[in-house]
Amino acid sequence: MDELNSLMQGFAVAMTLPNLGFMLLGLLLGILIGVLPGLGGANGVAILLPLTFSMNPTSAIIMLSCIYWGALFGGAITSILFNIPGEPWSVATTFDGFPLAQQGRAAEALTAAFTSSFVGAFFAVLAITFLAPLLARFALQFGPPEFFAVQMLTFCSFIGMSKDPPMKTLAAMMLGFALAAVGMDTVTGQLRMTFGFTEMLKGFDFLIAVIGLFGIGEILLTMEEGLAFKGKSAKINFRIVWQTWKELLQYWRTFIRSVLIGCWMGITPGGATPASFMGYGMARRAAKDKESFGRGNIEGVVAPETAAHAAGTSALLPMLTLGIPGSPTAAVLLGGLLIWGLQPGPLLFVEQKDFVWGLIASMYLGNLVGLFVVLTTVPWWAAILRIPFPVIAPVIIFICAIGAYTVHSSIFDVIMMLVFGVLGYLFKKLRYPMAPLVLALVLGDMAESSFRQSMLLSQGAVNIFYSNWLVGGLMALSIFLLLLPAWGGMKNMLRRREARAYLG
Amino acid sequence: MKLTTIAAALGAAALFAAPAAQAWEPTKPVEFVVPAGTGGGADQMARFIQGIVTKHKLMKQPIVVVNKSGGAGAEGFLEVKGSAGNPHKIIITLSNLFTTPLATAVPFNWRDLTPVAMLALDEFVLWVNAESPHKTAKDYVSAIKMGADNRYKMAGTGSKQEDQIITVMIEKATAKKITYVPFKGGGDVAVQLVGKHVDSTVNNPIEAEAHWRSGKLRALCVMDANPLPYKAKVTATQSWADIPTCKSAGIDAEYLMLRGIFMTPNATPEQVAYYVDLFKKLRELPEWKEFMEKGAFNQTFMTGKEYADWVAKAEAQHVALMKSAGFLAK
Repeated sequence: MDELNSLMQGFAVAMTLPNLGFMLLGLLLGILIGVLPGLGGANGVAILLPLTFSMNPTSAIIMLSCIYWGALFGGAITSILFNIPGEPWSVATTFDGFPLAQQGRAAEALTAAFTSSFVGAFFAVLAITFLAPLLARFALQFGPPEFFAVQMLTFCSFIGMSKDPPMKTLAAMMLGFALAAVGMDTVTGQLRMTFGFTEMLKGFDFLIAVIGLFGIGEILLTMEEGLAFKGKSAKINFRIVWQTWKELLQYWRTFIRSVLIGCWMGITPGGATPASFMGYGMARRAAKDKESFGRGNIEGVVAPETAAHAAGTSALLPMLTLGIPGSPTAAVLLGGLLIWGLQPGPLLFVEQKDFVWGLIASMYLGNLVGLFVVLTTVPWWAAILRIPFPVIAPVIIFICAIGAYTVHSSIFDVIMMLVFGVLGYLFKKLRYPMAPLVLALVLGDMAESSFRQSMLLSQGAVNIFYSNWLVGGLMALSIFLLLLPAWGGMKNMLRRREARAYLG
Repeated sequence: MKLTTIAAALGAAALFAAPAAQAWEPTKPVEFVVPAGTGGGADQMARFIQGIVTKHKLMKQPIVVVNKSGGAGAEGFLEVKGSAGNPHKIIITLSNLFTTPLATAVPFNWRDLTPVAMLALDEFVLWVNAESPHKTAKDYVSAIKMGADNRYKMAGTGSKQEDQIITVMIEKATAKKITYVPFKGGGDVAVQLVGKHVDSTVNNPIEAEAHWRSGKLRALCVMDANPLPYKAKVTATQSWADIPTCKSAGIDAEYLMLRGIFMTPNATPEQVAYYVDLFKKLRELPEWKEFMEKGAFNQTFMTGKEYADWVAKAEAQHVALMKSAGFLAK
C-alpha cells in the first residue's frame, strides 16, 4: 500500500489553497481553450507555459494539467452544439452528439459527454496510481510493427461498421489517405504532392480539414435548409442532469469497454483520437440497435468520450515514466518539465516523489472539480442554441477562421478551411460519409510510417507482423473484426439463397 | 594639428556611434520561430530561452515561440526569408538549415538570412541498450564488420538529416551497410532502443540522459574531437567526460549540430547588436549554465564574421557529406 501513502501525501500537496486556486484557474482557461476550435490543448498549454516558469514546479504542473483537463472537457461542447469538433478526439462525439442537439436534446448530450469524460479520466488515473511501473514496461514492447497493428485495429474496428455504401466509404477513405500523404515523407525525407507550392510543404492539417468539413460544411447546409438551428427548442434546466445520469447507468458495459480501450491506447501511446474512434466503433458493433447510431444515440456520445479521456489521461503515464509524450499536449508539458529542472524518465517517480504524487492527486481533484464546473454550465451552453441562426452563424465562422489560423499562424490554412467547408457540403449532398476521410487523414500518415519502418526493420519480410504474440494477436484481432461484417453479410446471402431455393 | 582634429572628430563619432549602436529595441512582440515540432531539442531550447528571458525581464517586449515544422523545417526558414526588414522575427536552427535545402531543393540558404549568434553546439553520442553484448565502441564496430550487410539496425530522427549522415559515416568506417530506420522525434528514437527494437542510436545527450541515468542505455562514444568537459557523475560509475571519442574507437566521425540564431534578411547592425547583447546576458545566467550541463552541450559562442565563417564551413561540410551519401536532391 505504498502507493496509497504516497497518494495521501500527494493530496496534502495539492490541497493547499494556492494550488486549489491554480487548479480552478487552469480549468476555466482550459474549457475556454477547448471551446475555441483549433486553439487546442497543446497550443493553449504552450502559450501559457512561460507564465509558469516563476512558479514552483508542482503548482505549475497542477495548473497546466488542469488546462489540459479543461480543454478535454471543453472540446465536447462545440462538437455537440455546432458539429465543430474543438479537438481531433471530439470528432467521433459529433456523430451522435450533434443529431441529439438537433432533436433538442443538447443538454442530455452535454451531460453524457461530461460525465463520460470524468469516468474515463478517473479510471485512467486509478490505473496510473496503482499500475504505473507495470504499464510503463508494457509500453516498451511497442516497436513499429506493434504500432502498425494498433492502427490497423483502429481502421478495422471502424470500417466494418459503416452503413454507407462500401464503395463510397472506400472512396472517402482513399481521399483521406491521399491528403495525409501531402508534405514531407519522413521515411525518405522527400516532399510529396506539393506541386511546387511552398504553402503545401506542411501538408493538410487534420484540424483545419475537420473545422472546414464539419463546421463550415454544416453552416452551408443549414443556410440552404432555411437559416434555423433545429435544436432551438432545447430544454434548459438542471433536472436534466439527474435524469441523464439515471439513464447513463444502463450503459455500464460501454463505459468499461471504452475505459479499457482508452487506457490501452493512451499508454501504448496510440493517442486519444484513435481511441475515440475505436471506442465508437466497438460500441456500435456491440449494440443491438446498430441503426440508431449516427442518428442521436446517447451511447454514441458515451463511448468515444470515455475512451478519449481515458486515453488522454493515461497518455501522461508514458510521458512521466519514459519521457515519450502520448499526445501533443503531453509533448509541451514534457518541455515544461525540463525547464523546471525536472528530467522526465524512469527516475522521476523516485527522485521527485512530491512532484509526481502531487500531480497524480491533482488529476483526481482536477477532474472532480472540472466535472462540477462544466455540469453547472450545461444549461448556458445549451441556451446558445436559442440564439437566432443569422446572428450566431457569422460568429461561428469567425471563430472557425481564428481556429484555423492559430494552428500554424497561416492565412493559407483559413482558405483551406473554406475549401474543406465546400467539400464537406458536397459530401453531405452526395451522401458520402465523412468519418472514413477524417480517420484516414489522422491515422494514414502514422500508419504509413509504422508500416514502412517495419518493412525497413525486417528487410521487406511480412512475417514481422506475426513474429511475436503481441503483434500477431493484434493483427489477428483486426482481421477478425474486418471480416466479421462480411461474414454476417455472407450468412444473410446464404440464408436468402436457401430460402429462395426452398420457395423455388 | 589636422591629425588631432581628425582624431577628435573620430573620437566624437565613436562616442555618438556607441550609444547609437545600442539604440534599437523591439517595439512589438518578437516572434521566435522553431523550424521543428513541439517537444524536440530546438523547441526545448527556444521555450527555455523564452522562459528565462521572461523570468529575468531581459526584454521589454514579450517573446513568442512559434513552431513551423512543415517540410522538415522549410516552412520556418521560408517564412523568415520572406519577412525581409522585419526585425521582430528570429529563428533557431538545427542541422536542417543545411540538410533540408540540399535534400529537397526547397529554395533557401543561410545566406538569405542574417546571422546573429551561435548559442551552443549539440553533441551526438553512439548508444546501445545496456543489455547489449557490445561493451565498447570497438566491440560494436568489429561486430558490424563481422556481420552481414544490414544486420545491425540504427534508429534516428528524420531522413537525410543529421542522424542518417552520422550513420553513413559509421557505414564508411565499417565498410558494411547499416539499416537506418527514421522516426519522428529524438524521444521516440531513444525509447525504441530501450525497448530493444533497434541495435543502436546516435541520440543527442539530452534525449537519452534519463534512460542512461536509470541504467537502460550504454554510451559507447561521442562524435567530437575531444571528450566532453562535464565531470559530474551522471550514472553510478560514469560522467559525460568518461565517454571516449568515436575517433579513438576507429570511427572517423565528428559531427556537431548548430544551435544558432538567425534574423530576417536586411537586418541593420543595430538590430543584430541588440540580439547579440541579449544572448550574451542570457549566457551569464545560472539557469542557462545548468541547462548546458544537463544536455552536455559544447558551449562555443560566436557572433559576427567568425560565426558566418563557421556556418559557411559547416555548409561546405554538409554538401560534401550529403553528396558522398547520395542524399542530394536530383
